[in-house]
Amino acid sequence: MSTTDTPAPTGAAGDGAVPPVLVRRARLLGGEETDLLLAGGRVARTGPGGSLEAPDGARVVEAAGLVALPGLVDLHTHLREPGREDAETVRTGSRAAALGGFTAVHAMANTDPVADTAGVVEQVWRLGREVGLVDVRPVGAVTVGLAGERLAELGAMATSAARVRVFSDDGRCVHDPVLMRRALEYVRSVDGVVAQHAQDPRLTEGAQMHEGVVSSVLGLRGWPAVAEEAVIARDVLLADHVGSRLHVCHVSTAGSVEILRWAKARGVDVTAEVTPHHLLLTDELVRGYDPVYKVNPPLRTRADVEALREAVADGTVDVVATDHAPHPVEDKDCEWAAAAMGMTGLETALSVVQEALVETGLLGWADVARVLSSAPARIGRLEDHGRPLAEGEPAHLVLVDPAARRPVTPEQHATQGRNSPYRGMELPGRVVATVLRGRPVVLDGALVGDEPAGAPGAS
Amino acid sequence: MRHLLSAADLSREDALELLDVAEEMAATQAREIKKLPTLRGRTVVNLFFEDSTRTRISFEAAAKRLSADVITFSAKGSSVSKGESLKDTALTLQAMGADAVVLRHSASGAAHRLAHAGWSGVGVLNAGDGTHEHPTQALLDAFTLRRRLAERAGGDPARVLEGARVAVVGDVLHSRVARSNVLLLETLGADVVLVAPPTLLPVGVGTWPCRTSWDLDAVLPDVDAVMVLRVQRERMGGGGFFPSAQEYTRRFGLDGRRLRLLPDHALVMHPGPMNRGLEISAEAADSPRSTIVEQVANGVAVRMAALYLLLAGEDAA
Ligand SMILES: [Zn+2]
Repeated sequence: MSTTDTPAPTGAAGDGAVPPVLVRRARLLGGEETDLLLAGGRVARTGPGGSLEAPDGARVVEAAGLVALPGLVDLHTHLREPGREDAETVRTGSRAAALGGFTAVHAMANTDPVADTAGVVEQVWRLGREVGLVDVRPVGAVTVGLAGERLAELGAMATSAARVRVFSDDGRCVHDPVLMRRALEYVRSVDGVVAQHAQDPRLTEGAQMHEGVVSSVLGLRGWPAVAEEAVIARDVLLADHVGSRLHVCHVSTAGSVEILRWAKARGVDVTAEVTPHHLLLTDELVRGYDPVYKVNPPLRTRADVEALREAVADGTVDVVATDHAPHPVEDKDCEWAAAAMGMTGLETALSVVQEALVETGLLGWADVARVLSSAPARIGRLEDHGRPLAEGEPAHLVLVDPAARRPVTPEQHATQGRNSPYRGMELPGRVVATVLRGRPVVLDGALVGDEPAGAPGAS
Repeated sequence: MRHLLSAADLSREDALELLDVAEEMAATQAREIKKLPTLRGRTVVNLFFEDSTRTRISFEAAAKRLSADVITFSAKGSSVSKGESLKDTALTLQAMGADAVVLRHSASGAAHRLAHAGWSGVGVLNAGDGTHEHPTQALLDAFTLRRRLAERAGGDPARVLEGARVAVVGDVLHSRVARSNVLLLETLGADVVLVAPPTLLPVGVGTWPCRTSWDLDAVLPDVDAVMVLRVQRERMGGGGFFPSAQEYTRRFGLDGRRLRLLPDHALVMHPGPMNRGLEISAEAADSPRSTIVEQVANGVAVRMAALYLLLAGEDAA
């Protein structure tokens, strides 16, 4: 680490208004205390803790005891806009993301209208820029209207201003094997990836929860593990056959882990994500019929949770992604069968990862940076995110207090959704600060001003 | 008893108390004047989101014979059929001063939700929720079985069902009656075997407190009672759970030949309504072993006991 390099000039395009920030004594990836001088949207200089002087006009962030990670990147977020602004908007979702330590989110395509054209993805991308709290990267639908019948204009979305690289019919599975093959082949030309929601539709008709001991007692129709595993097995073989890149959304079963391990050993270009809730919660919670635990794929068994944790630790599962799915209260305040599926997650993801993976000794903080930042950025081809916190790199970072513990109170969350399955649980860790392109958007655990002055670099 | 949502809520003592109270209620029903003043001034709401005339009438009769005021909301001709939510209905009932709600609903867990979601403080009696449970049906089955077995063998009524061998035959997967019966009979010490084609047994049934079999003929010679479950015709063909009604009847129907495989004392039970000729033949349904009509009569006494313990139990204790 050098302290003598000339800092990048402040006042680079679009960042002129952002004064330099000196982050003092942060533990870089949980290691040594380090000073980080952020200027011009980049990490201008680093040095041992307490070694850097604050330039004139710089804001100083005292970070002793805090862990510094590169800004988190979510590969799987439902921002609900356009169409379901009663559930979430790009603005409220961005606020939740920033408070959760994210500097980039991938907004899923199952909006209304569906994000299956350049026009819709550009609209979402533009809304994200206007809010300016995180980089919103739209996901494009694989098929028109998510109907699973014909390919959407993937090329047009890829070359639009939104620069879509991740394509997914999430919420629905691209079930037709021919269509899936074509999608996998086609996205190669735009360096894209198909993110599959692996769920055999016939095996899961009317499915309400994991099929097993608990479903048999509760009389709720089962969602068998094989309905996920069979699709993953087919897709890794298809990806292998056509030499394409495949990403598997929200892997939830031990069997899926085994298939992925086999595929990776064979050299298939496949990546996979797991949600925080599948790393912590099990189907035993469904016994009270509270729909806050209704999610797709469903909560599985303790053995699945253990297998998924191991899979993150050994790299079989590359990414933790939230599948943040806010719903209005009335969509959960009803009987189980009538309730919507999904859980909020942006503001609890890092805490759950700390609880499930760090405190259990499975991951260190550098691994957390990998599964929540660098790996998702690489899969989503977000060149500007998930970079090391080193001189010259983009200044996206999050400061976490790992010693904090606090109960989860959904009413205090910035997301519009109150459907957090962690209500009342005490979880470790607290996001103290989030910095996007050198600009603090969260400080002392709160958003810095509700109306940030324009997105950096906005034209 | 705050609510009755699942047969699993009942300890052995609770279940026996309920059956004993039901015996007392049944005794009053043999009198000329059947009505008791026990629940005078209390309001029982029958909330039927799913059509079930026989269960609704049974609960109405039970509540009326205890002198409760009875309000019935049923699927046809009320706000229930217009898509009003369970929650809004619960709030309405609370406002109307209901003391207990008898809920029938097509969603598993609906009664549990009504009792525990914080919508209202009313006591809830589950009258069948989806494919989950139907605890008063299991109670009336146990009541009927206990009476008949005690008539034959005598002994301590608290122990009559211990070791009793009961076969439950048919569509276990979709049956709330089967779930409640397995739980209650286990609590009372009976030995239950479920008999069904593998497609109609849930994944996970291996953890239930009972045995399973695919061979009805092998089971019948060793039981004290056979409970035949209703099989819905839509489960075959497109439903694909079994190939045809004829094949189901051949392999799992209780017909005259199978009736003769039973021990002499063994009973034939069915929760109704029956599909005669599918899961049970007329010969079996109408035989002297059949308790099917008796089950209906006992249903009123058992539901009187359940309402009594729900609403007056604390005063009485
Ligand atoms: Zn999904």
